Amino acid sequence: MGAKVVTVTSGKGGVGKSTTTANLGIALARLGKKVVMIDADIGLRNLDVIMGLENRIVYDLVDVVEGRSKLRQAMIKHKQFPDLHLIPAAQTRDKTAVSPADMIQICNKLRDDFDFILIDSPAGIERGFRNAVAPADRVLIVTNPEVSAVRDADRVIGLLEAENKGPGQLILNRLKPAMVKRGEMLSPSDVTDLLGLEIIGIVPEDDLVIPASNSGVPVTLNDTSRAGIAFNNIARRLCGETVPLMNLDEPEGFFKRLARLFSGN
Amino acid sequence: MPDDTLTIKGVNDGLLITLSPTEQWERITTDLAARIDDKLDFFRGAKVTIDTGERPVPKYELTSLRALLERRQMLLAVVVSESQTTLASATALDIRTRSTLVAPRAEDAEHDDVAPIDPEEQGTIGVMIRRTLRSGRTVHSRGHVVVYGDVNAGAKIIAAGDIIVWGKLRGMAHAGAEGDTTAVVCALDMSPNQLRIGDHITTAPPDKRRSNRPEIACVKDDHIVVEAWS
Repeated sequence: MGAKVVTVTSGKGGVGKSTTTANLGIALARLGKKVVMIDADIGLRNLDVIMGLENRIVYDLVDVVEGRSKLRQAMIKHKQFPDLHLIPAAQTRDKTAVSPADMIQICNKLRDDFDFILIDSPAGIERGFRNAVAPADRVLIVTNPEVSAVRDADRVIGLLEAENKGPGQLILNRLKPAMVKRGEMLSPSDVTDLLGLEIIGIVPEDDLVIPASNSGVPVTLNDTSRAGIAFNNIARRLCGETVPLMNLDEPEGFFKRLARLFSGN
Repeated sequence: MPDDTLTIKGVNDGLLITLSPTEQWERITTDLAARIDDKLDFFRGAKVTIDTGERPVPKYELTSLRALLERRQMLLAVVVSESQTTLASATALDIRTRSTLVAPRAEDAEHDDVAPIDPEEQGTIGVMIRRTLRSGRTVHSRGHVVVYGDVNAGAKIIAAGDIIVWGKLRGMAHAGAEGDTTAVVCALDMSPNQLRIGDHITTAPPDKRRSNRPEIACVKDDHIVVEAWS
């Protein structure tokens, strides 16, 4: 048995890969799983920042690959969740410092001691993407409900199919239910129609996400956040639980309800 | 230049090169190369139909003939032959074939005592793709293309013949890519971002009407038209 290697990728940049990886890592750790996260975005690392672990980096992925450090030395343990670890990316090098074979080797070394290995893929479809996908047992494709992000997701799914990494599963991030209702944003069914892929989670747009990432305390730890709840649900689905997709209607405020009462709707 | 090995004729959409069925193959290819090189500027870019008569041409010979033409920037588009061996070689190389150059003339027909009741269909070559073509994928074919799946936006199909999509067509489809304007594009859901037939190009209309019915695109009066496929 051993760990399941889950790679988070997207094609397009800025759709929320690192945020998703960080939150899934925390959520899985809260479920009692042993988790190691690997930031494969060499040269543009940021998973450590979102996780609030930046100051504790001594060694990184490239140090491990080039033999300057042992694998264990590069793993930063999360303070709150001792079973959650991060292997950070190097900031000084580029993606060619690591090969797909290196990634497979590292993951194989970690498999026996963990339940999940989460790999944060860089944007794009070049070397960094191939590194991140090479060891994957399962691929999560993050996309936003907009045409350009969906187009890139489609490209990535095609490449995954070509490498026999299965079609993967979709995380639809930053959905605004009100805009979908007005027909200004692609709906989840539009996206599944375009991509022909199963959705494993829909994460609503949430103003709490950015401040949480900035402060290094991922939003999953905030139990009032709807995005946080969505990430927790995805983590439970990754563990094999059946969790229904959450009701996406935004909770109505008092004034809205009042206004509705008076307008007679 | 000896004329007994081959003749080169201009036909409506390219060149027809008729090779002697009996002459030595080496002599033919040498002569052909010499004839072309003599007027290279004139021949460059030409689409070539080769008539090999009854000569059985194995695949390796046809391959080298095609290479000979391609080195001179000419395209071997069609092979005409009476030999099954030659036709099989051409099919294996994804070159279009015709078994005889001209339809049997009326007087020939009269010679036949009885016309066959159920003549065997002369099949045409093509490729079948049994999956969805996602963004970034391209399919090229010298024949027809059938997709059993969707063609997503960002994917491309370029075919010398027809294109049939048993699914949603959202990408780019170019039928008749070697100039055949009688080629068609059919799809269960026709919403490509661009359609090309021969050298005609059309883009999706801005008002994205979604017809849920199968449609067919063809060239009529020099324009690509899309109508119900029934």
